[in-house]
This record gives sequence, C-alpha cells and structure tokens, in this order.
Amino acid sequence: MIRDFEYLTPKTLKEALTLLDKYRDNCKVIAGGQSLLILMRQGLVTPEYLIDIKGISELNYIRSDAKEGLRIGALTTHRAIKKSPVMRNGFTVLAEMERRLASIQTRNWGTIGGNICHGDPAGDPAPVLIALNTTLKMASLKGERTMAAEDFSLDYFETALEPGELLTEIQVPPVLPHTGTAYTKFNVIESDLATVGVAVSITLGSSNGICDDVRIALGASAPTAIRAKGAEEVLRGKKITDNLLKEAGQIASTEAEPISDIYASEEYRRELVKVLVARVGKEALARAKQA
Amino acid sequence: MKQELRLTVNGQPYELYIKPKTLLVEVLRDHLGLTGTKRGCNSSACGACTVILNDMAVKSCSILAPQANGGEVLTVEGLAKGAELHPLQKAFLDHGALQCGFCTSGMLMSAKALLDETSDPTKEQIKEGIDGNICRCTGYNSITRAITAVVKGEYKEEK
Repeated sequence: MIRDFEYLTPKTLKEALTLLDKYRDNCKVIAGGQSLLILMRQGLVTPEYLIDIKGISELNYIRSDAKEGLRIGALTTHRAIKKSPVMRNGFTVLAEMERRLASIQTRNWGTIGGNICHGDPAGDPAPVLIALNTTLKMASLKGERTMAAEDFSLDYFETALEPGELLTEIQVPPVLPHTGTAYTKFNVIESDLATVGVAVSITLGSSNGICDDVRIALGASAPTAIRAKGAEEVLRGKKITDNLLKEAGQIASTEAEPISDIYASEEYRRELVKVLVARVGKEALARAKQA
Repeated sequence: MKQELRLTVNGQPYELYIKPKTLLVEVLRDHLGLTGTKRGCNSSACGACTVILNDMAVKSCSILAPQANGGEVLTVEGLAKGAELHPLQKAFLDHGALQCGFCTSGMLMSAKALLDETSDPTKEQIKEGIDGNICRCTGYNSITRAITAVVKGEYKEEK
C-alpha cells in the first residue's frame, strides 16, 4: 500500500531544484517511477513530498557531435535511446543495452537518469556507461558539477547525489578510432534484471593491433557496478588472444563481490563473470578490429 | 489531499478527483469501472495491466495516475467498434491465442501498440513487442501466429 504524499510537478529544472532544496530529506524525485513505485508499494520508500520531474522537457534530449560526443538528457526514455539513429555513430552498444532493459512498456516510460539514480547494482545502463568512460552532470541551486559514472554509485541503492541535487545529463565522450564496445547480461527471463552483466570496451593501436586501452565493467556483481581493473591490466598493452581474455575473466571473477540470492549463488555469479568477461571481450575485440 | 485528473479514455473525456498515490490501473478499474485491464503481479512483471498511453504501451500498475494527467488512454474496451471486434481480437480467437484469458487484454494492447508503430514488423519485432507480457497458458506461439496473421492482412479492419 502506497503511503499518501503531496505531489508536486515542477515544469522547469530551476523549479525542481528549488523544491528539492526546500524539502530535502522529506522528498523523493520521481521520473518514470518504474523502479521507485515498486519500493513505494512495499513501503520501503515513504516520501512526504513526491517531486515529479518527468514533465521537464529541457532534460529530455539526445545530442551528438564529433567533438563533444553524446549528450543525453537525464529524462530521456530508454525507448528513445534504443530507437535513436544517433546511436549508430559508435554507440550501438547503448541501443543494444536498452533493447535488453526490462520490457518495451518499461522502456517507453522509464528514463535513463531514473535508472542510474535508483542505484540498483543490477541496472543495465551503469556498466555500459562506465565502459564508455561516461561523465554525469548534476545540478543544484549551488550550481553544477560533474563526476565519472564509475564514482556515482556508492552502495546498494545509494548514489553520490547530495540532498537538493539532481542528475541532469549523461555525457559520453566521442568514441576513439579502433574502439569496440559490447555488453551482455545473463538472466533467466528476458525482461528481468541482470543476474550478472558485463560491458567491455577495447581500443586498439592504429596499426599494430595492440590493446591501447580497455575498460571492463561488471553489473550485479558487487554493491555497485564496478570496474574490473585487475582484469583490464591483463589486456592493456598486449595483443589480445583468447587465452588472455580467459585470464582476464578469471581475474575479474576474483574482483567481483557478488551476493547469493534466489537467482544465483555467489559462486555461480563469479563463474558468470569469468565466462562473460571473456565472451564480451571477444565481441568488443572483433568490433574494435572492424571500427 | 485529492487532486483533479483529466484523462481521455477510449475517446471519452473524464474529469475525476483522486489521491495522487492512485495508480493508473486503479483509475481505470476502480474509478471508471473498465475492468478489462487486469491487475496481475502489481509489480511491473506480468504485463496484464498494459494499456496504451499517448500512443505507447505502458504498464498501468506502474504509473501514477497523475503522471498520465491530460493524456489519452486506450484500453481493451476501446478496441472493438461496437459489436465488430478489432482484427487482433478476431485473430486471437481464430488462432487459439488465449486459454484462461487473463493476459489477453494486456497482450492485445501490446500487439496494438506494436502494429500502430510498425505496420510490417519482423518476427523479432513481434517478440520484442510482447516480451513484457507473460502468458502461462499458450506458450506464446499461437499469440505470435495471431499477430503475424494480422500483419499479413488476413484480418482487414472494417471501415
């Protein structure tokens, strides 16, 4: 049973920030509410004031240019990202991730910013955004600040957002030449959250095929989406082979801190990390060679 | 405190007063008596509550009614024209695409949203269109066959 609340609908970012600043700990922000309403129904979240920001059109956009990269307004729906032709300019992995995020109904109403701010370690966007070296922009009445996507989640369902602060923009840098990024998740029902999700981005040297840079991000494998930096070190500066990818998977499985729940045991999740890092790494490598 | 909600449902405008915590499915079923929309899992998993809001399939158990304020909703009651069933409804009947029927209204609305958006969907697009709707009876094949039959033009809408 959802507890009663007062419902507020700011029409601009400024109005929203003013309300957030006024109500602080007594309020909760709702965008699409596809995750939040489940928690409210369970009585786990009981705000006195619910600030509905979904109608703030200035935070709903997808822009892209060669210099700045990709800019996604926090209130852009998953479906809009999935369908955007802009994603073909090196960001197909984002569209692929969105295709597998929940179901079409949820994608139609839910927003990427809402997903990130919910802070569920099993969310699909975070590992992909981390692999893409994304920066998040936040705003409050005091001004704006930015932060690397990998630093944004602090713990289960906890983010770096301060009271009075709102996530406003997702900034994905331009994709470097010879870079390939891939994501997959393991789940039993197609529209479920990830049991484990893995995103890998690989950048090769222009002529020698050596791995110049690599970012490996794990979802549903720790209290937040994390980078598997040890696994990255296995690949960086080397010519990537199947055996090296297997080794990276092995290392990543020791870096993960998964839990046991009804979907999978800790041991099973580590095994998934091991297998998926090698598998997704192979796909990212193939894409990097073609890019 | 109750607040005003304006909603057009199946072409009919409504003005009601609701608590802001009211879900869209509750407005449709409990306030407007449109019980064709089913409340299944009540947690966004099953899709039985799917309706079309502003041309998009959504799960009405997971949208606060005030978020739909000013919007246009189509429910399963809005599919048929009088006694004439919608092509999807006819195809579902002919292909045995329902048994217990609990998922059917949601399934129909997902299929409708898909066909409104893509008149000639691929098999993959049909699967994507209904992958948020759980059916525990048919195993989905008869449902995709029914949708495919409509796509192929076997069930023309009577004008």
